[in-house]
Amino acid sequence: MTQAASVRGDNEEPTSDQRKAACSGPFPPIEVHDLTVAYQTRPVLWDVDLVVPEARLIAVVGPNGAGKTTLLKSIVGLIPASAGWVKIYGKPYREQRHLVAYVPQRASVDWDFPTSVLDVVLMGTYGRLGWFRRPGRAERSLARRCLERLGIADLARRQISELSGGQQQRVFLARALAQDACIYLMDEPFAGVDATTERAIIQLLRQLRDQGRTVLAVHHDLQTIPEYFDWVVLLNLRLIAAGPVAEVFTPANLQRTYGGQLKILTQAADVLLRREEGRP
Amino acid sequence: MTWLPEWVVLEGLAILGATCGAVGSLALLRRQNLLADTLAHAALPGICLAYLITGEKDLPLLLLGAAVSGTLGVWLILAIVQTSRLKQDAALGIVLSTFFALGLLLLTYLQNFPAGNQAGLNTFIYGQVAYLRGDHVRWMLGVGVIVLFLIALLYKEFKLVCFDPEYAQTLGLRRRLLEFLLAMLLVLTVLISLRSVGVVLTVGLLTAPAAAARQWTNRLSAMIVLAAGIGVVCSWIGALWSQNVPLTPAGPAIVLTASVFMLGSLLLAPRRGVLAEWLRQLAHRRKVRLENLLSDFYRLGEIRHVWDRPWSVADLAAVRGLTPDAVRRTLNDLEDAGLAVESDGGWQLTQQGLDEAARIVRMHRLWELYLSRRLDLAADHTHRDAEAMEHVLTPELVAELEAALEHPETDPQGKPIPRGRPLAENHERN
Amino acid sequence: MDPELYRMSVVLLTGSLTAAATALVGSFLVLRRMSLIGDAISHAILPGVVLGFLLSTERHPLALFPTAAATGVLTVWLIETLFRSRRLSEDASTAVVFPALFALGVLLISRIRYVDLDLDCVIFGRIEDVDRRPLILLGTDLGPRALWMLGSMFVLDLLLVVGLWKELKIGTFDPALAESLGLRPAWIHYLLMTAVSLTAIAAFEAVGAILVVAFLVVPAATAYLLTDRLWLMVALAVGFGIASVFVGYILASEPILNSQGAAAMAVAAGMLFGVVWLVAPRHGLVATLLRRRRLVKPE
Repeated sequence: MTQAASVRGDNEEPTSDQRKAACSGPFPPIEVHDLTVAYQTRPVLWDVDLVVPEARLIAVVGPNGAGKTTLLKSIVGLIPASAGWVKIYGKPYREQRHLVAYVPQRASVDWDFPTSVLDVVLMGTYGRLGWFRRPGRAERSLARRCLERLGIADLARRQISELSGGQQQRVFLARALAQDACIYLMDEPFAGVDATTERAIIQLLRQLRDQGRTVLAVHHDLQTIPEYFDWVVLLNLRLIAAGPVAEVFTPANLQRTYGGQLKILTQAADVLLRREEGRP
Repeated sequence: MTWLPEWVVLEGLAILGATCGAVGSLALLRRQNLLADTLAHAALPGICLAYLITGEKDLPLLLLGAAVSGTLGVWLILAIVQTSRLKQDAALGIVLSTFFALGLLLLTYLQNFPAGNQAGLNTFIYGQVAYLRGDHVRWMLGVGVIVLFLIALLYKEFKLVCFDPEYAQTLGLRRRLLEFLLAMLLVLTVLISLRSVGVVLTVGLLTAPAAAARQWTNRLSAMIVLAAGIGVVCSWIGALWSQNVPLTPAGPAIVLTASVFMLGSLLLAPRRGVLAEWLRQLAHRRKVRLENLLSDFYRLGEIRHVWDRPWSVADLAAVRGLTPDAVRRTLNDLEDAGLAVESDGGWQLTQQGLDEAARIVRMHRLWELYLSRRLDLAADHTHRDAEAMEHVLTPELVAELEAALEHPETDPQGKPIPRGRPLAENHERN
Repeated sequence: MDPELYRMSVVLLTGSLTAAATALVGSFLVLRRMSLIGDAISHAILPGVVLGFLLSTERHPLALFPTAAATGVLTVWLIETLFRSRRLSEDASTAVVFPALFALGVLLISRIRYVDLDLDCVIFGRIEDVDRRPLILLGTDLGPRALWMLGSMFVLDLLLVVGLWKELKIGTFDPALAESLGLRPAWIHYLLMTAVSLTAIAAFEAVGAILVVAFLVVPAATAYLLTDRLWLMVALAVGFGIASVFVGYILASEPILNSQGAAAMAVAAGMLFGVVWLVAPRHGLVATLLRRRRLVKPE
């Protein structure tokens, strides 16, 4: 039994059955009801209704300015809603905060900040630690294991300004892992990362899903959606459609989401067609 | 007058320097140094009003007034940015100049009273180090201890709020409260420095030591401690300077010392320093020069299938179109490194040099092959890229490349990828 | 002419010219989000002013223009170089450069206090005394020196803004486009910075180093709340600047405030801003707060 696990009160890495039990309940992981969010007078999300099912990999898709980031941020209470509400496993976010891990966009922080990779991952434990207490050996060993799961254990002592884009993203994901949450909200986890990192990340996301956790990720590459995700949320100010990829990710829905941006659209439709016909 | 300032002055300056360095570090990372400047200016009307209302020149009362008007100024900046189209810079400019002008008006008004002149309110503008008194220093000590204690106590929380405030909020940390506390630390620090270095120069003492410390370390805790130390040392040096050179006000002397420290750190710091970067570039350029010539030796040998004959400087210069002089200089460097020797009026690689040359050509061709296989790049493009990469690939990367390419024999142009020791092979073949 | 009336008109005219000259360049500072660069320049040219005084044997006021303008441009260059070295943020670069130069200036002034350069005057200005310092050329008294200086500065700024209107406009809103059109935004940038430095020095004598920023930034920011059109914004900025001078003069004529005309004018500019901020029809406080209550349903 490792130090970190004893702090959390469970054995080693939780088995997927244990995790499934911990992250499942009578209520859906995320329930968004009539959510409207506005900056000044300009609405960026209008009347969004969404119920997210358990243990799925979910892509949030839409053109620039469609409100994808806003949706994630208003779920974790970073942006106040003008109307509507969000519930996490049937209760307000405030009471369920410990069940949700948020992974911001990579560019949202100053990567020249004087701190090491391990320190950033340790930040994931700050919520559990509460006021004043410093992370100890238990937290350190937990953080190391999170880095190992992302394959960057050797970077632990590195100053964060020396990381590549893909490594930065892995550090952020390791930090979220350290939170040991049931719901992971990720803002563009694949943006600007190399192919190896992309594979590593999607593998990790699948692991999380198989442990019964729910992952909601803003995603831009329409071509990889059928391959990577189970579910898709199409967003453009309003909710266009949400559901299993096979049902919802249709050319008609994409047309409604993206409007005139035809180039991406034809490409995506092409991918869909090829999938349906079973071609590579 | 002795050459050493009074002990009480040094004591006050130590508190001031340490507090400014520590709080300045946090402000630097939150990019709030200009906000601190505005705060210092906005404090002036508060000081004057406090004096006007109470008629006392007790430091705590004046500081209370300064805190109130400084906070009001910060609040106004937020309100302007949030409710108008103006950005932070304009809001800072407006609040800074208007509040300071108001302060000047009040100051003039006060000076028209006989008592006003003696209140010493002028000192808040330029600062007055030499007249620090015991009760002032006691107040500064109290404020400084509170500030430093808070930073130590809430180190973890402040660190996260400085690095990633939104994430801090999602973890359940009280972001607004922490940001308010950080602002209050800034207000308190500005207040104790106003009387010593003055309104305009306070921002210098808050920024320069922190900016200097940042260059020497990559850890926040070390940066805070170091900045505090630099703050103390610079204040003392400034005070000594002012004490011993006539007509030298201490405030500007302190700020100028700190700025020199900052500049020196920027240039000389071992890893982040400009000089270190410049030396690294220079070393890399030398390495590239040597390695290029080594690979030129190799390519010449490859064409003629002879590895142990000397080449003339002209032959070597022709490969890349270098001047003979440049080639000679590099050859001398190679000789110093034991990689080449002069013989028969020409130059020849040693066994060690030949091994090294083979290694470089190998990396070059591996990389070319990788690019052309993985990225479908045209051959001319892969060569240019490989020219840069051959100097920076690590042994681990080379091993990975080999494995990924399934231990290839030839590069895209069909040239063999060297393996083993060319000279030894040559002997075997003969 | 009645000497009191003469003095009043000289002070008001000098003030108005200061306000107009600073508002012309200040508008572009505000639009380029460089308001604080204006602040930094106005502080940091102090050593240049002192140096100019030391270098000119006759202590001629015009002698300080070249050195001070050079210091101003040096300030901007230093800030940008520090920032571009990626070792400090823009905020920190500014906050480290201008206090250092200002400190140097104060030190120099303190060392040479015996010359005709009064720290208080340089820093706070004496607009109420402008009529007492005449410009004497070839033995002829041509009237107040500051009036001539600020008048020429106003004409220069006007020529710059009118002559390079197109370049300034595109360079302000879309530097990348300006670059692709071959309009040399970097040159325009440094030209503007030189103009700001020169204007700040010219305004020194009237309003002082610290309050220049009030004239550079506040009227332009006020105008920006009222219009989206550039020429109208510049015109309004000049108007607000001049209005602040008049209101400030009236404020300062209260006997108890009688010796701080420049500060009163800066406060007046701040007050005007406050009023416009409250009531501006589209970008004002009340309008914004009211608008927040109702959301426009998207189409």
